[in-house]
Amino acid sequence: MGQTPNSTENIDKTPASAASKKPNQSKLFVPEPPFRPGDTPDYSHISVPSNHTPVRPDPLCDAHDTVEHALKLIRVLRFNGENAGPWKTDLSLEKKLEALEIMMRTRAMDERMFTMQRQGKMSFYMKSTGEEAVSVGHALALRDDDMTFPTYRQQGILIARGASMKEMMCQVLSNSGDPLDGKSIPVLYSFKKHGFFSISGNLGTQLIQGVGWAMAEAYKNTDGIASVFTGEGATAEGDFHYALNFASTYRAPCIINVVNNQWAISSFQGIAAGRGETFAARGTGYGLATLRVDGNDILAVYAATQWAAERARGGGGATVIEHYTYRAEGHSTSDDPSKYRAENEGDVWPFGDPIQRLKTHLIYMGAWDDERHAALAETLKKEVRETFKEAEAMGSVANSTQLPDSTMFEQVYETEPSHLREQRQMFNEELG
Amino acid sequence: MPQMTMIEAIRDALDVKMSQDPDVLVFGEDVGYFGGVFRCTAGLQEKHGLHRCFDTPISEGGIVGIAIGMASNGLRPVAEIQFADYIYPAYDQIASEAARLRYRSNGDFTAPLTIRTPVGGGIYGGTTHSQSPEALFTHISGLKTVIPSNPYDAKGLLITAIEDNDPVLFLEPKRLYNGPFDGDPHKPALNWKKHELGEVPAGHYTVPFEKARMIAEGDDVTILAYGTMVWVADAVVKEMGIKADVIDLRSLLPLDLDTIVESVKKTGRCVILHEATRTSGFGAELSSLVQEHCFYHLEAPIQRVTGWDTPYPHAQEWAYFPGPKRVKRAVKAVLKGA
Repeated sequence: MGQTPNSTENIDKTPASAASKKPNQSKLFVPEPPFRPGDTPDYSHISVPSNHTPVRPDPLCDAHDTVEHALKLIRVLRFNGENAGPWKTDLSLEKKLEALEIMMRTRAMDERMFTMQRQGKMSFYMKSTGEEAVSVGHALALRDDDMTFPTYRQQGILIARGASMKEMMCQVLSNSGDPLDGKSIPVLYSFKKHGFFSISGNLGTQLIQGVGWAMAEAYKNTDGIASVFTGEGATAEGDFHYALNFASTYRAPCIINVVNNQWAISSFQGIAAGRGETFAARGTGYGLATLRVDGNDILAVYAATQWAAERARGGGGATVIEHYTYRAEGHSTSDDPSKYRAENEGDVWPFGDPIQRLKTHLIYMGAWDDERHAALAETLKKEVRETFKEAEAMGSVANSTQLPDSTMFEQVYETEPSHLREQRQMFNEELG
Repeated sequence: MPQMTMIEAIRDALDVKMSQDPDVLVFGEDVGYFGGVFRCTAGLQEKHGLHRCFDTPISEGGIVGIAIGMASNGLRPVAEIQFADYIYPAYDQIASEAARLRYRSNGDFTAPLTIRTPVGGGIYGGTTHSQSPEALFTHISGLKTVIPSNPYDAKGLLITAIEDNDPVLFLEPKRLYNGPFDGDPHKPALNWKKHELGEVPAGHYTVPFEKARMIAEGDDVTILAYGTMVWVADAVVKEMGIKADVIDLRSLLPLDLDTIVESVKKTGRCVILHEATRTSGFGAELSSLVQEHCFYHLEAPIQRVTGWDTPYPHAQEWAYFPGPKRVKRAVKAVLKGA
């Protein structure tokens, strides 16, 4: 017809194919992201709220008092470094410096591991670049014994809770220091001792499990809570609906976090029905408290988490938090984002970079400067490099994992049934 | 000794465990106040409290999902799926999560949960109240699948399942809930209260997994069965007046292979029965194992009598159900030339 396919006039004025037929009013609509490779991304249509941050209600308020919080955006850190508004945190300077270091350590590890994957030391890796504030801010606001049910992009929780980076690296290398004995692919960590639930490759499954964990806490009369995570893409899984339904029905003491980083591999968030409504607003229909935060603002993430945790512990039930952020890099080492999105999209993302944002704040407070920042970055780079050397000395898939193959028969069941005993013997005869 | 139906035996097992262990919780659709559509949980909420036995939303994936979360947090949930035909929405949680949790976390987290669900046909249940999906679960490593054929085993196996530290799928043949059934719908219904296996001890006892039960013994042929088909086999053997080992497998995975192999080596002939469809059914695994372990002792090809490879029909119930006529025919075929 010679018209551009995204012209809406084209759709409206297309004549009915036959006069006797009624025109089809329900054209199949397939959402498309605003920018594709070759486009110049422009996010001026996204408003960055500065002075209309929603109020901070009492954490034990009626869930309906948070309906507007699902549509607005809680922000604390202004771009000039100021810490303002009703969600302003009482976090000490010392804690903020610690938060900065944890975010920087997380990023330094991600950088190193990505490079090492490119050098063939491990099969796979996934970075969390640009999303460090979500996991680190969240972890700092929880108790270390609150169980988190993460996806594969919340490694910042482990770093914040003091997990051994060497052990994490050994998991990624699948070597003799791997606590999982090479059973899982890189990044699918499990650290019960750090309140970090075993990560599954199957998306969404952990959401409803976390609700069950929280129900058990309530049943046992503890004041522990669970915090469950999903990306915005996997909110389309049935498990997300199960989680919201059960969390609401049983008033489970949990936090349901949607990390909206705009991208599910190559699909923009509109493909997960994010075009017309916020992800936080999903919670409203289930009668859950809802908050939507600037996910690149670690103080806002901290404040929202603290509020939701207080609500859960106080018997107010679950809160849905949408962390509004941007996946600054590829989905994984197997992904090339330049094939589906504009090249410098992350650079023009209006909410900036979470590490830079906190750095600016600390400089504004007079507690930090560029020299100290650069020195810390250098120290962390060195620390990560040294730690990786130690981890690599315990083996890697590139040469020898130094793991006995027979460990693959272990932990299928608590005790080995006869058919597995027989297969282990077969294995020894055939390959031993 | 008290006489119980299978329903009462299951309820008693739950009651015993709930009384002994505060970590045991029972939940599912209509399980709480109402006591279950098959009455298996009747009275448990009243006796043990709203927290211990409760109703859930109609969400099989949610039911198994919360069970996994609870189990990994130290509880011993017993979840009910109202019909095995409706377990598929929970398949991801069972196969990808419950069964793999111990393995993928290398023992860091475990899922000691039990999923109870009614299975099998013979009740005019049609396509979605008659299925026997056991083969979809025996194919999952990390999961245990058991199926009782009588009240005594039902109680003992269920207590074992609840105490087991691995996830267990507990299949309950609904055709056997009230009494044994030999595959002849024209005979008057029997009740467990007049059957020796309806004698169920009060209190705690267990029936071990990976241990089959010999229902009858003889040198002519080995019949491998479980669930309702055990009683079809038993009736056919009696009617034909032959001497057969009728083996009720009870536990499909892990499997009591020793009992099977010992029997087939003795008889040289094997007939495998199940209600489930034939192709890639559990019978194929059994047949393969017998062939591998007993090849030089086999006097005749192994026979499988199963449901047809169709969805479970309504009007054609007795043409579909692998009843005594078909079982007899298969037994005769393996005995030919004996």
